[in-house]
Amino acid sequence: MVGAMQRTLGVCAAIAVHACGGSSPPAPLPPLRPVAANELRAPADFASIADRTQRSRSLFLEASRVLMHPRCVNCHPAGDVPHQGMQMMLHDPPVVRGPEDAGVVGMECLTCHQDRNQPLTRVPGAPGWHLAPIEMAWVGKTAAYICNQIKDPARNGGKTLAQIVEHNAHDELVGWGWKPGADREPAPGTQAQFGAIVAAWVETGAACPEENKQ
Amino acid sequence: MKIRVNGVDQTLDDNVDPDMPLLWAIRDLLGLTGTKYGCGEALCGSCTVHLDGHAVRSCVTPVRRASGRSVVTIEGLSKDGNHPVQKAWLALRVPQCGFCQSGQIMSAAALLAARPRPTDDEIDTSMAGNLCRCGTYPRIRAAIRKAAGLPEDAT
Repeated sequence: MVGAMQRTLGVCAAIAVHACGGSSPPAPLPPLRPVAANELRAPADFASIADRTQRSRSLFLEASRVLMHPRCVNCHPAGDVPHQGMQMMLHDPPVVRGPEDAGVVGMECLTCHQDRNQPLTRVPGAPGWHLAPIEMAWVGKTAAYICNQIKDPARNGGKTLAQIVEHNAHDELVGWGWKPGADREPAPGTQAQFGAIVAAWVETGAACPEENKQ
Repeated sequence: MKIRVNGVDQTLDDNVDPDMPLLWAIRDLLGLTGTKYGCGEALCGSCTVHLDGHAVRSCVTPVRRASGRSVVTIEGLSKDGNHPVQKAWLALRVPQCGFCQSGQIMSAAALLAARPRPTDDEIDTSMAGNLCRCGTYPRIRAAIRKAAGLPEDAT
């Protein structure tokens, strides 16, 4: 069962980036190394994709397995209320994003969340706990949408691609996704592996998957 | 560890675990029992105090976070119960059983310090994390409006 799921993951990732237009159908992409749901592939796993743009798209899809994981997307809500849990329920207690994406007076993120996880109470925490701004909403979005958003300085906090790589590889709040505490499922792989995938995506031209090819 | 509590500098013993909940320090070490233990998981708001003016849930706040900072509990909100929120609470007889009320008052005071004339939406979103099993919410909202100098009835 697990083996079949892993093979499916690999095939899906390869199929997903058949995005070239033109008069002749593109050559099928080579299948990627199967991995478990909690693992990330390394940049070297994409070396078999000869076309640089296709390789870049495939790398972003790998990164999107982290970006679209509930550990990450829960605090990138499309509305004013964050989500929580693998089922992405609305946050309880009922908090709202507020004018600075950090809650409202009396119900600020830091009213309850600390700079680290609280083992006894299970309240998650990390330095700078806050919501992503609404222009960085990921809930309900496709990998193609998120890719274009991440590249757009008007919607990514004014970051360059180099800063995006640094942010994903080393930011402590991003890193919480792999150290969520309690019994929470971490994002796939490790932050270092995720940073390497994002760096490889940028190095290959930061191409985005096409909207209707995912 | 040094903490300023209700305007008084307090020194906690060196053997105090820095991860001890601030609520424990307030109640058990300093004897200020006006702040209540409700759920212990930041879900009910009865343990709300002010940390440098911001409302925090003291049941999940490690005491190390308060080191070198200023904490205000219900006992320190005013000298003789004459904070506008406290006076409105009395005037409208807000409490029923009363257990949650010190947390309600501390959240309301934090709200009015930041928003002297809050809208009903601001009252509702700021007070949403303070639960009252007696259901005194209509009186809580009316009292906040009264303390703000607004008509007690919702607009």
